[in-house]
Formats: sequence, structure tokens, C-alpha cells
Amino acid sequence: MWSSNIYRFRQPLWPGDAYDFNADPLQHTHKLPLEYTTPGPFGTKHSTAAITTGSSVIGIRFDKGVMMAADTLVSYGSLARYQNMERIFMINNNILFGGCGDFADIQSIIRGIEQKIVEDQCNGDDIEMKPKALGQWMTRVLYDRRTQMNPLLVDVVLGGLDVQGKPYLANVDLRGRSHDDFVIATGFARHLTIPFIRSAKPKDRDFNMDEAHEMIKRSMQILYYRDTRNNSQYTLGVCSPKNCGIEGPYQVAENWSYAAGIKGY
Amino acid sequence: MSNLGFQQFPEYQVPGVQQADFSPYESNGGSIVAIAGDDFVVIAADTRLSSGYNIHSRDQSKLFKLSDQTVLGSTGCWADTLSLTGLLKVRMQGYEHTHLRTMATDAVAQMLSITMYNRRFFPYYVSNILAGIDKDGKGVVYSYDPIGHCERAFYRAGGTAGTLLQPVLDNQIGHKNINLSSSELPKLTIERAVAIASDTFISAAERDIYTGDSVLINIITKDGIEEKKLQLRLD
Repeated sequence: MWSSNIYRFRQPLWPGDAYDFNADPLQHTHKLPLEYTTPGPFGTKHSTAAITTGSSVIGIRFDKGVMMAADTLVSYGSLARYQNMERIFMINNNILFGGCGDFADIQSIIRGIEQKIVEDQCNGDDIEMKPKALGQWMTRVLYDRRTQMNPLLVDVVLGGLDVQGKPYLANVDLRGRSHDDFVIATGFARHLTIPFIRSAKPKDRDFNMDEAHEMIKRSMQILYYRDTRNNSQYTLGVCSPKNCGIEGPYQVAENWSYAAGIKGY
Repeated sequence: MSNLGFQQFPEYQVPGVQQADFSPYESNGGSIVAIAGDDFVVIAADTRLSSGYNIHSRDQSKLFKLSDQTVLGSTGCWADTLSLTGLLKVRMQGYEHTHLRTMATDAVAQMLSITMYNRRFFPYYVSNILAGIDKDGKGVVYSYDPIGHCERAFYRAGGTAGTLLQPVLDNQIGHKNINLSSSELPKLTIERAVAIASDTFISAAERDIYTGDSVLINIITKDGIEEKKLQLRLD
């Protein structure tokens, strides 16, 4: 499903060729002209430019669950093109997924995950996917694509309640590098918000839900002030034993009153 | 939108169009030290996972327990590390199903070398050090290069601070360039090995920006694996 071959179009070569139902579905790749299949500097290369992109995602793990937020802007280069897109997804009652980077790739990944959920449901055993399992699968998929030199240009935050209700929060990047921690941030949030969240973390215990929520609100405010590819609206995903869902969209508490005192530019 | 100068090509696949190069590798930092004694082996690795000037995690273990007698320390490109250790785990499980026993350290060492060489033309960008107890009960250290060249030794340092740490081990464990008679040379006990490993990491954290946060130390003997943790500088 993740093979790049599927996305190559097939040219019918003789009348009726399009109806060749018994043909090997991958057979068409060697019928493509060499310009489309030869890798290298003078042949074709897979594009490594992300086109429509989502900015940062922030995730915080607290004592009873995880919380994740992302703004609702998907940009087209410097154009603020889609201003009401949800970038935090609820996968099931245990898992939240936040995507940063090329948004078409994120949507494609979500479709793939939803197909996996349906496959699980076909087993009819009420066993739901857990976040660590999804994290492992995501790592393998993204690593495989980078090994084919055709990466999904994304940086993914996923988390939720694992076995026995233990909160889990992880990050997987476009090369298949993955780790889990109490705070995960992608994109600009990595630079702007991780430092203050790490220093606010109590040494001997986890954050509680209110503290995590305050961290998120402050983070989204900082990102709106300083990241040029953010807007002031964000959705918040919360996964706790009581409920799992996406809240919002919320508005950042912006305060521009200091602007009146700025002179010179 | 396109990175090219006067020639305007669309972003989709067109013959002859050059796109920005994607690098499949990234160095995620970290260092490993392993010291083998008569009936034990000590392997230590720092717990910092980084990317350029970002720290992803201050608490990511780089030591992978492959069996009760074998630990692999793996650093370099973390994506490759996860994939390689996953593959090793699966292969070891297969071995156990076939042979009804755990794979011995020497066999794991050989298998790791073969596994890495299979990717000779798209290497795992990983610096591996395998530590364990061999079939004769002796401590052993195997070190690897990214394409699987394997060398058995008594002590080895690897990773981003490897070149800082190896000379210290040469002097303190290998007794190289030391003006003491053989009766004056200190005996290698577990305590001394742990002390040397800890001190080398404290020094490495001073000078290597990718090494720091904390060190996880595994002491492997025939009785199993004991874990110790030492805090390092956070900068």
C-alpha cells in the first residue's frame, strides 16, 4: 500500500488493455518510459518539497493521559490557504494523532490508519489498537519510505492510553526516528516551547491535567506570536480515562497592547 | 515555489527536473563505552538523543538487551538503530524457536556483522558495540563499523565522543604508555571498570555537545545484568 509504484499511472498500450483484469497490478511499472523510472541526477527524482504544510504540533503527557494541540492553519508556501483544518485526529478511544509537515501525506497516513482500524474490527474481538503499536507501525512505514528514498514529508506526534491505562506519547519523524517522552513538539514548537515546558516539569512527579492544559495554552500563544506559519485558532485533543476526543477550536489569548509602546518600526 | 533559477518547472515528476536532495541519514549523537574483564563486562551509554542543536530526549537508553548475557550499545542514526535492533530481535527469536536455546554472544556477533553487510550499499549509519559473556564465561567486547566489520577486543569506545574516550581506555585499561611495572598495574575489577567508564563519560560530556544528560551502565555477569545510572551535565 505504501509502495510508490501504486501512484504511477498506467498507459493502455492496445485496445482492451485497460480491461486486462488478470494482469499483475505492478506489471505496468516497466512499461513506463525510462525518463520516469531512471533515478539519478539526470533522470527523475522523487519530489522532496512539501507543498501544503501544517506547522507545529505539541503534545504533553500528564499523570492520567495525554494532551495534544495544533493550530488550524494549513499553508501553501507563504499563503495562509486553509484556515480551518483540524490537524489533531482521534484514531480510537485510546489514541490521538497529530500531524505536521506535508498535509497531503498526513491525510494519506490517516486514511491508512483508518483502514487498519477497520481490519481490526473485522476480527470481531473488541481488541482496540494501542498507541505503542501504532507508533511502532508508523516508525516502520516511515523508515521504509525513507529507505526507498521516497519519504513521507511528515513529523508525527502520537499518544494516548496504552495497556493498563498507562499514558504514552511519542514522536516519529520522516526518517523513521522515534522516541517517547513527557513532552513532544515538532517544527517551530521544538525551539520555542520545549525549553519552558521542560523547566516547568516537577522533578518527582508527572504534570497533572490542569498544568498540562496551561502549558498547551501558553505554547499556542507563543507559537502564534512568533511562528509566521501559525494562526490564532487551535484544536486540542485530550485522551484521559474519562474521555478521549478533540475539543475546540479555541482561540489564542492574544495580547497586543505592548504594541502601542513600540516606536521606530 | 521551485528552487531553480530562471527555468520554471512544476513540482510534480518531470524528466530532467532536479529537486532538493533528501538526506536519508541524520546523526542523533551519543557515545558508548564497553570494558571486558575475566568474568564480567561493563557497557555504558549516555541517554541523550539529539538532532543538530535540538535535544529530542534526555532519557533515551541506547543499550539493547538482546539476551541475559548479551547487550548491544547502538548509536548514530537513531532511525537505523531502531530498524537494526528490531531485525536482530526477530532473528534471535527465530534462532530460539529453531534451536531451543538462546543465541550465544559470539553467534550474535557474527550475525550482526552479516546483517550489517547485507546493507553494504545503503549502510546502517550506526556505531555498534556488542558486550557479553562468551561460551567460556569470559567477558567479551565486539566493535563494529557501519558496514559490519567486526573486531573482538577487551575494551572499546564508540559514538560521537569515541575518539575522546578511546585513548583514556587505552591508557587505563590497556596500560598503554604507562611507566609502571607489571606488578604495579591495577587489577581490572568490576568496581574499577565502572569507575573508569563513569569518569570517561563525565569527561566526554565536558567536551562533546552530543554526549550528556545521564549514563546508563549495564554490568553483565553470568548471574545476569545489573543496571546503574549516573547523572551528567545537562548542557
